[in-house]
Amino acid sequence: MTSTERDPVSGTETTGHVWDGIKELNTPLPRWWIRTFYVTIIWAVGYCIAYPAVPLINSVTNGVLGYSSRAEVAVELTKAKAAQQKYRDKIAKLSLAEIRKDKDLFQFAVAGGRSAYAVNCVQCHGSGAVGSTGYPNLNDDEWLWGGNLEQIAITIAHGIRFDEDEDTRISEMPAFGSDEILTSPQINDTAEYVLSLSSKSTDGIAARNGKTLYAENCAPCHGETGAGNRELGAPSLRDAIWLYGSDKKTIVETISKSRKGVMPAWGQRLDPLTIKQLAVYVHSLGGGE
Amino acid sequence: MAAAAPMILYGLAGLAALFAAAKAHDELFAIHAWLVVLICIIAIFATARALKFGPEADDRPKEKYLDGVVRAGVVATVFWGLTGFLVGVVIAFQLSFPELNFDLPYTNFGRLRPLHTSAVIFAFGGNALICTSFYVVQRTTGARLALGNTAWFVFWGYQIFIVLAATGYLLGVTQSREYAEPEWYVDLWLTVVWVAYLAVFLGTLFNRKEPHIYVANWFYLSFIVTVAMLHIVNNLSMPVSFLGSKSYSLFSGVQDALTQWWYGHNAVGFFLTAGFLGIMYYFVPKQANRPVYSYRLSIVHFWSLIFLYIWAGPHHLHYTALPDWAQTLGMVFSIMLWMPSWGGMINGLMTLSGAWDKLRTDPIIRMMVLSLAFYGMSTFEGPVMSIKAVNSLSHYTDWTIGHVHSGTLGWVGMITFSALYFLVPRLWKQDGLYSLRLINWHFWLATLGIVLYTASMWVSGITQGLMWRAYDSLGFLEYSFAEAVAATHPMNVIRALGGVLFLLGALIMTYNLWRSARGDKRSERPMGAAMPATV
Repeated sequence: MTSTERDPVSGTETTGHVWDGIKELNTPLPRWWIRTFYVTIIWAVGYCIAYPAVPLINSVTNGVLGYSSRAEVAVELTKAKAAQQKYRDKIAKLSLAEIRKDKDLFQFAVAGGRSAYAVNCVQCHGSGAVGSTGYPNLNDDEWLWGGNLEQIAITIAHGIRFDEDEDTRISEMPAFGSDEILTSPQINDTAEYVLSLSSKSTDGIAARNGKTLYAENCAPCHGETGAGNRELGAPSLRDAIWLYGSDKKTIVETISKSRKGVMPAWGQRLDPLTIKQLAVYVHSLGGGE
Repeated sequence: MAAAAPMILYGLAGLAALFAAAKAHDELFAIHAWLVVLICIIAIFATARALKFGPEADDRPKEKYLDGVVRAGVVATVFWGLTGFLVGVVIAFQLSFPELNFDLPYTNFGRLRPLHTSAVIFAFGGNALICTSFYVVQRTTGARLALGNTAWFVFWGYQIFIVLAATGYLLGVTQSREYAEPEWYVDLWLTVVWVAYLAVFLGTLFNRKEPHIYVANWFYLSFIVTVAMLHIVNNLSMPVSFLGSKSYSLFSGVQDALTQWWYGHNAVGFFLTAGFLGIMYYFVPKQANRPVYSYRLSIVHFWSLIFLYIWAGPHHLHYTALPDWAQTLGMVFSIMLWMPSWGGMINGLMTLSGAWDKLRTDPIIRMMVLSLAFYGMSTFEGPVMSIKAVNSLSHYTDWTIGHVHSGTLGWVGMITFSALYFLVPRLWKQDGLYSLRLINWHFWLATLGIVLYTASMWVSGITQGLMWRAYDSLGFLEYSFAEAVAATHPMNVIRALGGVLFLLGALIMTYNLWRSARGDKRSERPMGAAMPATV
């Protein structure tokens, strides 16, 4: 039934099996192949002796090296912490202003703050801290809730309009349209007046009409002159910096529906040292007071 | 009236689906039930149209082999291949240009990605495996496919599985398990189809006219049996309602993670490796017209491969909550897997000794060589990446994506393409292909595409890995995640372009195969002939 033959090209015998014309040569296993295979098996056995490998009933073999990936991480973390301990102790002890004055410590805090910022803050404020619609730019001189070290640290630690933090910064601009405090022509006039504060109004009559409406409804928080009030997180309406946009349509929308941007209270997620470093970093970006 | 029974069956299935649609617990389940109703109606009409009355029905001489189902499988392979490659190109561009998500849930990357992975692995790869296994098992046993028309049930049942899975992904039906996203009812259906597939394959082996079972069939059988086991265990779950689309897995926590990667890694091992080695073991010796290099090697590497592969899954979970001992085992089994994997490459490449001259004249052989080369490369890269020290850099980066694609585009894609070029003229009974030069075009476009893909992903992956672990002199992380995304943007664009080239090659193949099936011949200079002399 099976008849072997010699393959003319390789000179090797066939096995005598034929399937749909396919034959097989009776070539022995390539030496290098089987030897490399053995080497990998020996290595595997050796590795299993050295490292945790074999599950037993209530435990596992721990390996002669006594390796554990958790222990390894713990060692690395301890080492990393020890390297920074000198600075960390000082940051914990000193006030923000003192940190700011100590050159070495300031450098360390800025580096740590930058790193924490890259992980936690870039998502909203952007990698260059330039912000975007609804998320303030942190490089400029305009601050909603204050731009000195302490004020920045409080904002970071407690967030803005963040319900889970009792000390969160809170203010609530009324939704003048949705809550039917003002009619839509009144809102239009108020918006024109607000535009006129930064000399952008195109409708003098409406702006004049809006003046009293502004004084009655807006001035308590944004001030008579529109300079804003940091105690209440009320932005200045006189400059070129706008959180949601300075075109008329956006301003009408802001007056009608209000804006309630939220920032998480990072004090609940980050340790006090990191908050301090973040405050120093953000303060150093250019607008710190 | 033999046709009455299936028509009644389709009618009952349709009624059951109609009931399920009416009583469905959620809208998504209802949509799927309506889809099944539609499929049943189509099945009834198709059966009615195919009815033959009178004596001529049984007059046609029965062919020795059941090849109609293989022809259908070839068409499905090409169709799903194009679909899967296209979705791949789309999501590659989405990763570079997020606007292409179009802010719609249906076109979001999160839904399109499983559509891509399932379309290429299960729809393209699965159809290729099913149709080639039906072809090969008949030729190498000398027996017709067993159990009558069950093979046709396998074919259509598998297409229904694909349609339910794919529409589910787009609508948001998913159990969020890697490569096993379809929900419980689709899983149950696939189980039925798969058992039928196993029965047809085993039955044909049982009826064989040859004394021995050919090596290709060992690989196909190991693929079918193991995939059945993997599929069932990984998908063990409890539906919230028997008329709803949501279910909860039996596993949770780290056991769940391990089950998923035991499944996920062996989907690569038994679907994309063992199954496609079955394709390689038949089509390479046939195309080269040479005997298989070493029978002994095929036995030793087969058994060592299937024994070692099944333990390698934990290397996907290095440095996680998975206990150290399991990580160790995942790693050492992956290292031991290196030579058993290479056994297939050696047997494939050495089978070509004595036929190397054909590389000049036969672009199909060229594809097979490239395929085996990529197989060898990615089965070496895999063990390297499973080493914990390497993995700590490569894990979660684009390097992994590049590794997978050198295996899938290079090995799985190219060996499938060469099998399709082999099959089409034989299945449609034509004497040869439409054009060998177009195969050459396909070969070079695909090769260039794969090189762009893998090279850009190496650079991108290593960049990501190094950026994520970079510390400054004071011990703080150097980069934000977004900075690594920005840094790898150019590589991501190159990767997408590589995908475009690969898709282009597949389109040329589709045209070539279609003309070949029609029996057309392109007038062209033969491959390997000297350039016409310029006067």
